[in-house]
Amino acid sequence: MTTQTLSQSKPVDRPTVKAKYDHFIGGKWVAPASEEYFDNISPIDGKPFTKAARGNKEDVEKAIDAAHEAFKTWSKTSAAERSRVLNKIADIIEDNLEMLARLETVDNGKALRETRAADLPLCVDHFRYFAGVIRADESTISEHDEHTVSIALHEPLGVVAQIIPWNFPLLMATWKIAPALAAGCCTVVKPAEQTPTSIMVLMELIADVLPPGVINVVTGFGVEAGKPLATSTRVAKVAFTGETTTGRLIMQYASENLIPVTMELGGKSPNIFMKSVADADDEFFDKAVEGAVMFALNQGEVCTCPSRILVHEDIYDKFMERVIERTKAIKMGHPLAEDTMMGAQASNDQYEKILSYLDIGKQEGAITLCGGEKAGLNSGLETGYYIKPTIFKGNNKMRVFQEEIFGPVTCVTTFKTTEEAIAIANDTMYGLGAGLWSRDAHELYQVPRAIQAGRVWVNCYHAYPAHAPFGGYKKSGFGRENHLMMLDHYRQTKNMLISYSKEKLGFF
Amino acid sequence: MEPIKRVLITEQAKEVIDTLRKRFGTELMFHQSGGCCDGSSPMCFEKGDFKVGSQDVWLGEVYGCDFFMSADQFEYWKHTQLTLDVTPGRGSSFSIEIPMGIRFMIRSKLFTEEELKNLSPIKSGEELLKED
Repeated sequence: MTTQTLSQSKPVDRPTVKAKYDHFIGGKWVAPASEEYFDNISPIDGKPFTKAARGNKEDVEKAIDAAHEAFKTWSKTSAAERSRVLNKIADIIEDNLEMLARLETVDNGKALRETRAADLPLCVDHFRYFAGVIRADESTISEHDEHTVSIALHEPLGVVAQIIPWNFPLLMATWKIAPALAAGCCTVVKPAEQTPTSIMVLMELIADVLPPGVINVVTGFGVEAGKPLATSTRVAKVAFTGETTTGRLIMQYASENLIPVTMELGGKSPNIFMKSVADADDEFFDKAVEGAVMFALNQGEVCTCPSRILVHEDIYDKFMERVIERTKAIKMGHPLAEDTMMGAQASNDQYEKILSYLDIGKQEGAITLCGGEKAGLNSGLETGYYIKPTIFKGNNKMRVFQEEIFGPVTCVTTFKTTEEAIAIANDTMYGLGAGLWSRDAHELYQVPRAIQAGRVWVNCYHAYPAHAPFGGYKKSGFGRENHLMMLDHYRQTKNMLISYSKEKLGFF
Repeated sequence: MEPIKRVLITEQAKEVIDTLRKRFGTELMFHQSGGCCDGSSPMCFEKGDFKVGSQDVWLGEVYGCDFFMSADQFEYWKHTQLTLDVTPGRGSSFSIEIPMGIRFMIRSKLFTEEELKNLSPIKSGEELLKED
């Protein structure tokens, strides 16, 4: 096929990386017990740019040992000190934001403008948020009668296992690490094997401010490193972000150890555009058009990708004409070029999977409104993983409307009534995100309440501020990240029931 | 007439299954995943490592391995014939072939009207376990 010639600004320089990275265990760099390393491939060009340690059970055990040792003191560290450490981590990320943003782009393939404006600034804010909330956090006390007092005190769970996905490698690690540390837990983190490097560079930067063993990072493959971690009898909780089969597997392992889990799983999020959206061709209409095109953010590799557009039939033509035009204007290119709007898919696997869904959609009779094929970029990107942002038109029973493609693909269908919009929105096994766009004050409240999803964006989409709880309904998991309520997923309640009475009961 | 199989397999995938059987010294199973990062991949486990139940559908055996999918996902996949294949790459799940630098994948096609009338029977994971 022909390739697309790029006319764009020169890519910025890649940050320097080491030839290989060991595990980060007990504050030290520890070579893998297997002595083996695996290539980390950059999606920019499909070529290896460094290596990661191939972890196994032995490495995981060392990391759990280190975490248990650290827990003896970290669990007793004052909230003020834990807060200071979290703030320090935030400052270090902020001071190194440009380098980390570039590295994240090399590791994951997403456009630099996103890592600069979203991934890294959100990491900074997230650590600061949890540094802040634990200073204001209090346990409770109640007087049952004049002689009896009940104290409900928070205690950290212990050593926790955290399994991180590849779509926002640093941010997803931050979502998990920050509340765990804030709660007084120590953690063993297993990053995804597609993106094992940026977190190791972050560990290099923060190693000196962290007590050894509070955070340990073991890289490797799921079955070799993830499984020994998830099945360990010495972890008090497993936090996982990923897909449903692995989620179920981890819950099965957890059931054998009787430990809690939190799960952030898939989504097939509806983005609903009510008739009033097109009442005027104004600023708000333009914002709604952008809201529909948000499916291309992060190349669609977001669990909450607005991958189903539901639009009122009366405004379909007017609205979708503009959405297609805006989608076609998305500038693809080198992820490290500052004017690139959409970069590469994170891996060859992802790339192939998305292409297979483009094929499935066409087989099912979905109409391709734009995109529908690989992007075929040249100028050194021929071997990278680029796919054109794609809009299919079809109906909600099609597989492309029901399955999470995890790529820059959205599917549009129409509705006649509000009831129908809600019915289509809820006709999915998932319930993570949703969007509702309207100028009608009643709809703005009533429709989001009727949608079975943990996060409904109203007249906005894809914002992830700390302080707004984020998590799933239905098969999208449970647990609410990004919010102080996550602290309670990393601690348990010690109840002291105290009698101040000197009188015996008189029973015996 | 022989019922139409719901899951087919390529020669390359058979070879990988043989290798994994030797390496793990055990029979294997597949569970088709749905959603998110590594979703929509057929995941290969040691037989019994993934516990199936009433909410899993058994689509049949493929090269001696039981092949399952969650019941709600099957609702959308039941009109589709699957072919288990293998490709170079790297998944991030617990599927056991991943350290080999390859991964199982599914190719799918819609059944024809004719085929839909004569598909191999399905059962739930729970029913299958009772038979064993």
